[in-house]
Amino acid sequence: MIWITSGGAFASPFAVSGSLGHRMNVFKDAGHLFRFAGLFVVAFVVFWAIRGYVVPKSFGRYGHYRAAAMDEIAAHPARFAGHQACETCHSDVADLKNKGKHEGVNCEACHGPLAAHAADPTVTPAKLDTAVLCVRCHGASAARPRNFPQVAADEHSSGVPCQTCHQPHSPAIGDPNAVASSAPAAGGAK
Amino acid sequence: MNLNRRHFLILMPAAAVAWKAVLAGTPEAAPNYKRTDHWWGMLIDIPKCIGCGNCVRACAAENDVPDGYFRTWVERYHVTDEHMTSPEVISPDGGKGGFPVAKEDQGKYFFVPKLCNQCADSPCTQVCPVGATFVTPDGVVLVDPKYCLGCAYCVQACPYGCRYIHPDKKVADKCSLCYHRITQGLTTACCENCPTGARQLVDLKNPNDPIHAFLKTHSVQILKPQMATGAKVYYNELDGSVR
Repeated sequence: MIWITSGGAFASPFAVSGSLGHRMNVFKDAGHLFRFAGLFVVAFVVFWAIRGYVVPKSFGRYGHYRAAAMDEIAAHPARFAGHQACETCHSDVADLKNKGKHEGVNCEACHGPLAAHAADPTVTPAKLDTAVLCVRCHGASAARPRNFPQVAADEHSSGVPCQTCHQPHSPAIGDPNAVASSAPAAGGAK
Repeated sequence: MNLNRRHFLILMPAAAVAWKAVLAGTPEAAPNYKRTDHWWGMLIDIPKCIGCGNCVRACAAENDVPDGYFRTWVERYHVTDEHMTSPEVISPDGGKGGFPVAKEDQGKYFFVPKLCNQCADSPCTQVCPVGATFVTPDGVVLVDPKYCLGCAYCVQACPYGCRYIHPDKKVADKCSLCYHRITQGLTTACCENCPTGARQLVDLKNPNDPIHAFLKTHSVQILKPQMATGAKVYYNELDGSVR
């Protein structure tokens, strides 16, 4: 502001009155500025047009990311149906299992991913091999928690299959529930 | 058009705001699942883990995880020295096929399942140059495979080693906390298939979730608390040798 008040020689062209004592036309000889401003506006519009085209619509809705990605990830098909789905049909097996030691073991932990079977019951689940399945959890190892039931399989049964004595859905030997049940346990006692 | 400079200057910011609304698109139909009602995490109960590897197999089956890569894996610790400085840690094929039988020995054994810690202040999202990885409003760290460049900054940034570059898609990949399941009311594949309940999905925004009582009554630790990542995977009775 100093240079406006200090003398006419340095007066701003936009000053309404100068020390010369006559009114100046603010827009006189400013055409080149308007042309530049026009160019700037065109560039700005082009920039926004391109940006609108290349930036996904949902980008920035919640943060610096594409919000639609959440829905796309959530659309991934589930392979495990979840025990709730199993129990809608196999409630008898679930009731039996939930009375025994395997109460907390969900169906697909042993039976494998069966969303396809839950969606279409004609898809038959694979037969299970108790020789592999039981030992996964119950094979003796010093690394397992001491209080967890575990056996050295070859010493414990000398090759006799686990389900000869233990019904997988109700593993305690001589469990009356297991005997009374007609549940077709996988590889169940024959 | 009769538009003087004053009106032009007034209209420009208004037009910018309007254009922004156009870019944002029309909002989606609201689903039953409300993201802001949840804040997901996981509880790992170390004394319950028997090292069966069910979680690793379930995760691979659920999420098409390629062989040799892991969204979750299980480590077995064997600590023999009283200073806990040099534990012997094994994780054969991520524990997918279980673990070799351990003989009775001096020291202690325990299993530590690992997965993405779903950090609230995650280092991996901070380094992403393109906004391809982010924390969702419900507290899950996700990767947008369409936006990811595969630069692997995030793979280096994760202090827990939870990320990898997918060998076929060439983009970063990691545990999504089974986002496709938890938004449907199911639990994660690893929790669904854990036979002992050693892994439990928790919702920290749900006042009825048993996690709140559990955190108040148990010796719970997160991994690398000194890094202030805001990790939301809580380990019950975590040994000091786990770094």
